[in-house]
Amino acid sequence: MPYFGSEETVKELKRALSNPNVQADRLRYKNYITKVIRYMTQGLDVSALFMDMVKASAKVDIVQKKLVYLYMCTYASDKPDLALLAINTFRKDCADPNPMVRGLALRNMCNFRMPGMTEYIEQPIVAGLRDKASYVRRVAVLGCAKMHSLQPNTEIDGIIVNELYALLRDPDPVVVVNCLRALEEILKDEGGVVINKPIAHHLLNRMKDLDSWAQSEVLTFLLRYHPRSDDELFDVLSLLHAFLQSAHAHVAVATLRLFLHLASAHPAVQADALLCTSAPLLATCGAASRELRFTGLCHVQQVMRSQPGLFGTHYKCFFCGYSEPTYIKFRKMEILVELVNDENVALVLEELRSYCTDVSPELAQAAIAAIGRIARTYSEKCLDILTGLLALKQDHITSAVIQTFRDLVWFCPQSTAAVCQTVEACVDSPQDSETLLWLLGEHGEQISSAPYVMEGYIDGLKTELSSAVKMELLTTAVKTFLCRPAETQDMLGRLLHYCIEEESDVCVRDRALLYYRLLQRGVEETRKVVTGPKSDPSMSVLTGRQEEPISQWASTFNTLGLLSGRDLCLQTAVISAADQPSNSTGKELLPDVTLSSPNDTEEEISLSLGPPLSHETFEKMWLDLEILHRQTLGSPRPRTAPDTLQAALQLVKIQTLAFTPGDTVLWKAYIYTRSTGTLILAELLQGDPQAPGSDESLVVSVKQQPVNQHAIRGFASILKSVLQTLNVDSS
Amino acid sequence: MISQIFILSSKGDHLIYKDFRGEASKDSINVFYEMVTALSGDQTPVVMSHKDLHFIHVRQGGLYWVASTKTNPSPFTIIEFLNRLAALTKDYCGSLSEKSVRMNFALIYELLDEMVDFGYIQTTSTDILKNFIQTEAVSSKPFSLFDLSNVGLFGAETQQSKVAPSVAASRPIMSSRGEQSGKNEIFVDVIERLSVVIGSKGVLMKSDIQGEIRIKCFLPTSSEMRIGLNEELSIGKSQQKGYSSAVRVDECRFHQAVKLDEFDTFRILKVCPSQGEQTVMQYQLCDELPCAPPFQLFPSVQKDYVNRVLIFLKLRCDLPPKSTALNVSITVPVPKGSVSMSQELSSPDQTAELQPKNKALLWEIPRFPGGAQLSALFKVDVPGLSSASLLEVGPVSMSFELAKQTCSGLQIRFLRLAPTQTGLSQRWVRYVTHSDSYTIRI
Repeated sequence: MPYFGSEETVKELKRALSNPNVQADRLRYKNYITKVIRYMTQGLDVSALFMDMVKASAKVDIVQKKLVYLYMCTYASDKPDLALLAINTFRKDCADPNPMVRGLALRNMCNFRMPGMTEYIEQPIVAGLRDKASYVRRVAVLGCAKMHSLQPNTEIDGIIVNELYALLRDPDPVVVVNCLRALEEILKDEGGVVINKPIAHHLLNRMKDLDSWAQSEVLTFLLRYHPRSDDELFDVLSLLHAFLQSAHAHVAVATLRLFLHLASAHPAVQADALLCTSAPLLATCGAASRELRFTGLCHVQQVMRSQPGLFGTHYKCFFCGYSEPTYIKFRKMEILVELVNDENVALVLEELRSYCTDVSPELAQAAIAAIGRIARTYSEKCLDILTGLLALKQDHITSAVIQTFRDLVWFCPQSTAAVCQTVEACVDSPQDSETLLWLLGEHGEQISSAPYVMEGYIDGLKTELSSAVKMELLTTAVKTFLCRPAETQDMLGRLLHYCIEEESDVCVRDRALLYYRLLQRGVEETRKVVTGPKSDPSMSVLTGRQEEPISQWASTFNTLGLLSGRDLCLQTAVISAADQPSNSTGKELLPDVTLSSPNDTEEEISLSLGPPLSHETFEKMWLDLEILHRQTLGSPRPRTAPDTLQAALQLVKIQTLAFTPGDTVLWKAYIYTRSTGTLILAELLQGDPQAPGSDESLVVSVKQQPVNQHAIRGFASILKSVLQTLNVDSS
Repeated sequence: MISQIFILSSKGDHLIYKDFRGEASKDSINVFYEMVTALSGDQTPVVMSHKDLHFIHVRQGGLYWVASTKTNPSPFTIIEFLNRLAALTKDYCGSLSEKSVRMNFALIYELLDEMVDFGYIQTTSTDILKNFIQTEAVSSKPFSLFDLSNVGLFGAETQQSKVAPSVAASRPIMSSRGEQSGKNEIFVDVIERLSVVIGSKGVLMKSDIQGEIRIKCFLPTSSEMRIGLNEELSIGKSQQKGYSSAVRVDECRFHQAVKLDEFDTFRILKVCPSQGEQTVMQYQLCDELPCAPPFQLFPSVQKDYVNRVLIFLKLRCDLPPKSTALNVSITVPVPKGSVSMSQELSSPDQTAELQPKNKALLWEIPRFPGGAQLSALFKVDVPGLSSASLLEVGPVSMSFELAKQTCSGLQIRFLRLAPTQTGLSQRWVRYVTHSDSYTIRI
């Protein structure tokens, strides 16, 4: 950011730097140079001083040299002509007897990012590669990579590549690692540096001499090496075994990654490696640095996907410290929920209970949701706690508890009776109206006060602002009417009358009209349409999480993707949570679609909506990706209204992006969904003359990123069953 | 590989900026700062992405230490590197603060130049770096009233006699050329972080110690040092020795430079410390504390007549009488909507205040001698109090420092430098326990 009076400052500095008196006084001169660098860091453009700084670089003082070099590297690309003037000084320094000066000059000369530098740096680099000081060799090796990045499109210099491969045998460990790094960059187009058997073994033998940074980097390079035989594999693994328990977490984790990768055919070895690393991983979860803690927790979570029992006995390590930032507490709660078992459930719940009154509403709500997740297995204990929380009469807590109840009865029908009893007690202070109304509507026959609560809402209808609440109220009223007609007939009449005659919101009016006409057809007809499944039996299977194979996550282990990717998932969870009320009304929209439970899908896969894709993104991805799977679905396009199709697909978490309208012969629809980390895009097609068999049946083409055949199969079978159901209904 | 490294103050001022690969523009600093400040509350994800640039940052000394990258490196490596950079900065500048970084920016640039080349970590060892670092550190003013208010790890013992002055350890490792050449000092600190959860009936539910032995070395040349730990120290759960007062840790890990040939028999660590700070041993102990937890709380929460809660806290310090807990602060959550509070404390140096924003009351005790018992009575006015509101009182959390005390009982028996060491060298052994998280349920 330019500061006020910046031009003045630059002028003043220029005057001072060119003042011979200042130049004669070493200390004052250096002070001014320091000042220039300070301004540069702050963002002031001091490139006008380039000439004076070039002069300053000719001095012997090494500290001053370093500062001036820093300046020159920053501005060289802006002032290429002037920078050439400095080359001479650099070249002179490259021949200095002091290796430190040589290295310094070479490093900074290579850092000049301007065209045409190559011809000046090539010769010093080649000389540097053969320098007797390891410090200069280190710099020169990376210089090769810098030179390549200056002219990325030129042909690769075979001599330099050979020289770098030869330097892999250098006695200095940093030179060795730098060679790997430089070769990796230079040979990027050819797939990077080649790790063959001699190189791999050489690196393995040098591991002990390397410092921890180099170790973790070499371990990453070794991922590329595939031992020929099992004997060799076990030799490699036993050489590396000690590093699994390195005091540096990054080395331990990098070793673990290599173990998981190399021993992919030996699950027992993988399990053993995970066990060995569990101690260092747990230690990072308690590290003093919060960021390291967070990273550790993310990795623990990932390991738990395959080995849920590994950290079972250490559940206390995941109790939240009170001064920890919220993002760590969230992570710890997620882990705690996974770790619950018969022995520790009481303690874990007591701990989670104490977070529910936390000063941060987000944390309190997350803790309540966590208890709700545990309630799917240990419902009794959890319901006691949740009921107790209702007594606090705090808005955010009550609304979180009611939402938890809603999810609970949906996933775990056996808890319905208990929930209904509790809801009874809290209906007088409605916080989250929609959720509460949904619960009343679904289980009205078990909540004795349901009609009276509803009456309260209907009386206050004129002051109700949210149309979503009104829609939910309509649905609830109709449903309650079906099970308790005597008590609700009168108020339902009033409600419908008001919504049809006086309501200004079109959606609410439409909904009221729909119900009105439906009721005209008769009660039984209405019941058939309005009452859907009260819980999702297919979901209850999913709550008992199955162990994933290690290969599912090993590739992202110890990469940034794990941390930022997880964040992406967190966001989608938040979004879908926010969408939930509207989804639940969506369920009501289409009550006649009773899905056959996906017994025919031999493997359970769970689809999710995630954040919506824009048309442009979809189009771009569709064009980029290859078709992975094409299948005839065996049923024609359903003759129902397009909205019905869309809503039916949404019910099974498939989003419709676009479809051709009406009865066109060539009918197309584009849909997408997400499943366990992959995005599935699909096209439905009917009547395409080029595709055989598409006259009377839909053909689905699936593209996916990343590829997961398992998910595609599940997706196809779900899609098939939806379409069949729709067709049966419409015929 | 790292694309850029920059250090920002908490207000977003650019303190240090170095671009290693020229792949990202300088604007990314501002992009980062906007992203990090736009996050709500303390929901700070460690990794953030903007287009194809990823920012990884750590907070140390109130500053943002940020690395940006376009590749997908190991997060552990980058985070540990940034922590190491901060530690090195502290070693070289003496302390870690916005001021010290500002004053020593030339030195930090020099460090960065040697540590990272073209985005690849070259070395972070002080032994190697000291040969290249030429700039003298400018230490910030050694003593000020402000410093007293946040007495840190090394400052904790200022009130004790017979210890080195607190500023002794917070000086730059390099400045001893010349005027301070006689000061060959070495500090060995045993630092433990304690996290404890005590249940509502005084039952110990969780206790966890994360400990480390840290050396801060000002010796100009490195020579072998022998650190003797308790001889009866046992490692692992299996080796319980009946009723003897064996010191036990669950597991421990050592710095790779530590030689362990005498560890199994005599519990002696041999190490050649390099200049600056380093952790030679880390250990942890879960559950089964060898001694009682340092504090016991006897709370009583009652509803007084309408709209008032009486909170009576009796706090006992179970440390041996010769030790003292410092800077003890107790946070008690109070019902939402608490408006005012009156208090009865037992001595004038204690303070207590109501923090309506955190709906908590904070009771602070600067010194708490072992074996003592303090009590306090708080009357909190809460309009619209219901009996359920009392459930909101608790859990109580405490933070404190215990000087000259380790909860695991780990001690350093002796500290011997090799006889080749010339000149007088002073050795300091210090113990301190910090509360990582100390929670007592009501």
